[in-house]
Amino acid sequence: MSRQPGPVMVASGCGGTGRELAAYADLAGLDFVTRSITLDPRAGGPSPRIAETPSGLVNAIGLQNPGLEHFLATELPWLVRAGVRVFVSIAGATMGEYADLARRLSRAPGVAGIEINLGAPDQVGMSLFEVREPYHAASVVAAVRREFPTDLPVLAKLRPDLTRVVEGARGVLDAGASAVVVGNSVPAAMPDGRPGGLSGPAIAPISLRCLAEVVAALDSASVIGAGGISSVEDARRFLDLGASAVQIGTALLHDPTTVARVSAALTREEDTR
Amino acid sequence: MAEEHGPLHVTGEVLATKKAGAYRVLTIAAPGIPQRFRAGNFVAVSVDGGRLARRPLWIHRVKEAGAFGATLDVVVSATGPGTTWLAQRPVGTRLEVTGPLGRPFALPREPVACVLVGEGYSAAPLFPLAERLRQRGCAVDLVVAGPDEAGLLSALEARRSARAVTVITRDGSVGMRGDVSSHIDGVLERADADVVYAAGTLAMLRAVAEAAERRGAWSQVALETPMPCATGLCQGCPVPVVSQDGVSRLVRACVDGPVIRGDRVDWQALA
Repeated sequence: MSRQPGPVMVASGCGGTGRELAAYADLAGLDFVTRSITLDPRAGGPSPRIAETPSGLVNAIGLQNPGLEHFLATELPWLVRAGVRVFVSIAGATMGEYADLARRLSRAPGVAGIEINLGAPDQVGMSLFEVREPYHAASVVAAVRREFPTDLPVLAKLRPDLTRVVEGARGVLDAGASAVVVGNSVPAAMPDGRPGGLSGPAIAPISLRCLAEVVAALDSASVIGAGGISSVEDARRFLDLGASAVQIGTALLHDPTTVARVSAALTREEDTR
Repeated sequence: MAEEHGPLHVTGEVLATKKAGAYRVLTIAAPGIPQRFRAGNFVAVSVDGGRLARRPLWIHRVKEAGAFGATLDVVVSATGPGTTWLAQRPVGTRLEVTGPLGRPFALPREPVACVLVGEGYSAAPLFPLAERLRQRGCAVDLVVAGPDEAGLLSALEARRSARAVTVITRDGSVGMRGDVSSHIDGVLERADADVVYAAGTLAMLRAVAEAAERRGAWSQVALETPMPCATGLCQGCPVPVVSQDGVSRLVRACVDGPVIRGDRVDWQALA
């Protein structure tokens, strides 16, 4: 049986391939969520891919990734050897793709868990399976759960849509998700109007509100906080509200030592408690 | 666990600031970073005002001694709010600095004829490169280009670091008039160049890489694209390259570059 992730995790899409973090964090034991991996390689979107906004970044990376095969052959073994606890974020165009990804990851040695990306800010533009309806999100979770060993966690990452987040969380947990990750980049636009996702400190209050609603509605659910968490104070706020762990993403782009610092500070606190 | 040669993330301090034509040169104490520097490396600096993206700056010079230990000089061109803030920092300002970052210039094994082409503030990394090349016995010819006289970086110093210096300004205020692209073939010819290094705008880098190709010279270009994180984490600085087997793929300017072989860049796709 594997331990639950946390209290601090590297959020999907903000840790490169993982290797780049080696200079700024101890990789051994690091809870790392990969950028979203799709069955086939994706070249991603055109430049510019990231725009700066007040206390935030809007990104339109377009899920650039080398595809599952290349990931399994090159990136995963390196991370596992380095002692990283690898949670593979997956995204698919169809329900069948999600099931395929889960099946193949279930045979890959060293995978600590799966995170299902159910909150991409532009599912249609990225030709991803449409999961805006909580029912569809739950179906994806069920399909993944069927293919993935029961003793390894399956996390379901939802979009911070306040009107649907409780319903969405209930659905994915009922469908077998080990934990729900509440918060993701907020649907937004690049300066030229292309769809993108807003992340960074600007969205932390939105993520916190989503977390609060889910925790209040779903007693004893395992909820991981994400979206705009940048400091020890932020992390503590989410944990105090009932999050079992927090994910740090955009803050790493501004200061690559953030995960190591927040992690060390929380550990120190725990020791002195 | 920091690798011995990997980048460091430190709180640095501005020790000196001086005007250099249209640019600003900041001397920064950034413990540990100067010792790891190789020509072509850069640092990423944080700016204030809730701006999250890092500002990549070429390392222009590393000074070994001094009351503060080793220091580094960076060149700031105030083009936006972040770089304007940086250019105005007074002595004593604390800055979050990450570096040295990126793949540096590769040095030739043999003492060959090298031409270094720098445009505007981007010429910064070519000066420490020129020193290293001269130490290796290479003949170094330098081209310093810019929009006008104020836009030339260290043109005087260039005369100390090179065998020959060619100055090109777009307005013809000093040196030859026009763009690098209209003079580069002649420069490479006169220098009998084996290796060409370039740092500047994409259009200039492309012109230089293509001129090198025409001569059968080997070229390395230091790419400048926006780098939101500059540390390889965000995939925000994609560069299309074509490998030897003809397969094209995307690399990251910040960690796979910024120095890339000129004949590998897919200029068409990058434009």
